Amino acid sequence: MPTHEKILLKNMDQPGYTGSLKDYEAVGGYQALRRVMKELAPADLIDIVKQSGLRGRGGAGFPTGVKWSFIPKDYTGPKYLCCNADESEPGTFKDRQLMERDPHQVLEGIAIACQAIGAETAYIYIRGEFRLGAKILEHAIDEARQARYLGENVLSSGVPIQVYVHAGAGAYICGEETALLESLEGKRGMPRVKPPFPATHGLYQKPTVVNNVETLANLPHIVTRGADWFASIGSPPKSTGTRIFCLSGHVKQPGNYEVPMGITFRELIYEHAGGMRGEKPLKAFIPGGASASFLTEAHLDVKLDFESVAQAGSMLGSGGVTVMEEGTSMVWAALRLMEFFYHESCGKCTPCREGSSWLVQVLQRIVDRRGRMEDLQVLADLCQNIVGRTVCAFGDAEIAPIVGTLQYWRNEYEDLIRESTAISTTSKELPVLALNS
Amino acid sequence: MLAEKYQDHIADLLARYPVKRSALLPLLNLAQKEEGYVSESAMKEIAEILDLTPPQVYETATFYTMFNMNPIGKFHVQICKSLMCGLVGSDPLIQWVQQRLGVGPGQTTSDRLFTLSVVECLGSCGTGPMMQVNDDYYERLSEERVGRIFDELKETGNSSLKSGPFMVPEPISR
Repeated sequence: MPTHEKILLKNMDQPGYTGSLKDYEAVGGYQALRRVMKELAPADLIDIVKQSGLRGRGGAGFPTGVKWSFIPKDYTGPKYLCCNADESEPGTFKDRQLMERDPHQVLEGIAIACQAIGAETAYIYIRGEFRLGAKILEHAIDEARQARYLGENVLSSGVPIQVYVHAGAGAYICGEETALLESLEGKRGMPRVKPPFPATHGLYQKPTVVNNVETLANLPHIVTRGADWFASIGSPPKSTGTRIFCLSGHVKQPGNYEVPMGITFRELIYEHAGGMRGEKPLKAFIPGGASASFLTEAHLDVKLDFESVAQAGSMLGSGGVTVMEEGTSMVWAALRLMEFFYHESCGKCTPCREGSSWLVQVLQRIVDRRGRMEDLQVLADLCQNIVGRTVCAFGDAEIAPIVGTLQYWRNEYEDLIRESTAISTTSKELPVLALNS
Repeated sequence: MLAEKYQDHIADLLARYPVKRSALLPLLNLAQKEEGYVSESAMKEIAEILDLTPPQVYETATFYTMFNMNPIGKFHVQICKSLMCGLVGSDPLIQWVQQRLGVGPGQTTSDRLFTLSVVECLGSCGTGPMMQVNDDYYERLSEERVGRIFDELKETGNSSLKSGPFMVPEPISR
């Protein structure tokens, strides 16, 4: 197996590494922040991150340096950084490891980002269930404050950087950046209409940047080792650096694997994660969290970078790779994910709120052998009427499992429906659209 | 009353935000920690602390699934049923737990010890099936392990099988 240098998971791989401030300093921690506070002007820092090619690790993959540069330069009032630690995309569990095992790496990244955009306050919005992670971060913040890496006067530079942990309370949608801001303001976590964008009207209507945990954790390394070094890793020019891919499902060794972008799914699944757990061959995989459309074994040689996965008809998303073996019902799998989206739709936009409920009902009746052939058209129709018709990207995400499975495994839907012929086609138990009339 | 018992903690929370309402979720979390659920009187009190109306607190609290609006048992058992856990056996495990506890999802055992919830993804997909009991995660579950966890919780109020900081796969020791 080819070995790749780890960047983000490197410290915690050392035997005995606890993630304490002492341990982190011993491996060169907070040297990047020193450099940022003493030598680097914010504009230069933004340039370095732009040149590194770092793109957001939360799902959308927006270039981080460019995002920062949208913050108005001449604005003198308060600005905010939000660290998105909501990690709620099914199949994704990398930020949890970064926060629990090496919290100071994240905090140093937060402090660097604050300095780049001129924010004096940062909030870490962590999903409510991660009680342990929140506790570990709180403790690390205390340590960093005492050592003056955070606080009123960071490293005697006169610059204050305050970091607070803010726990959510169980809403997937709060991983969407404007919903996160609403939630942080103490409201229902419903996405805002954009524009205006958070860069000008974010938290409390002030300029705000929202960055994912993994994105921020990369910053100390980029500052220390340089933009060129980072840009040479992975699949340049558009997908630079490593990614932590979260393997779940029917693989031998599920878990987090940090690899350079651009390796193939085959290498990730068969060499890093040990291949399939049993005798059954791979049937399908989700390449980037529940919002990414399913792919098949024919896509195993697709490269793990933003462009290649998009070209294959899906997305690299959050890096959650879920593998399914032969024998897994794709209709059942689509239903499971659809139930998730139905449960998590915030209810703001009608197509998403009503559509998700309707999609679950139709899928459920197909799985229960009560489906009709017309249902396939109903599914396709519903999907078409959700995509692009909602305030946030949730609408586009929720149809992904259905569109993908319908494309590659339509026969499984049809087989289930054929088993349902005993059921009256005029049953009134659930609404059926009259089509082709 | 929260305001008296947690005076310093609440003051610390309020100092973190330029707008009082931002402390709403933290205060609801505090109220739930205190009583096991978010009671009407707690919501009224939080409204007063934050200069909100009780409906503003209620409408926010009901958006978030982690807030229990009714009293629950001593241990809140939340088992993940999303696809990733479903692939590695959460469905039969959920069946087993229902039989073992003698309650269905949303119900509490008659001794008021366990409330069972079947929930969506908790972000622990590489170590499924998994569940959360109160603040703690329990991963790589089997019937045998869940049985032990329930026994230990019942006896001591704690379980040795809860997860520590996350590290999967384990680093290779050479």
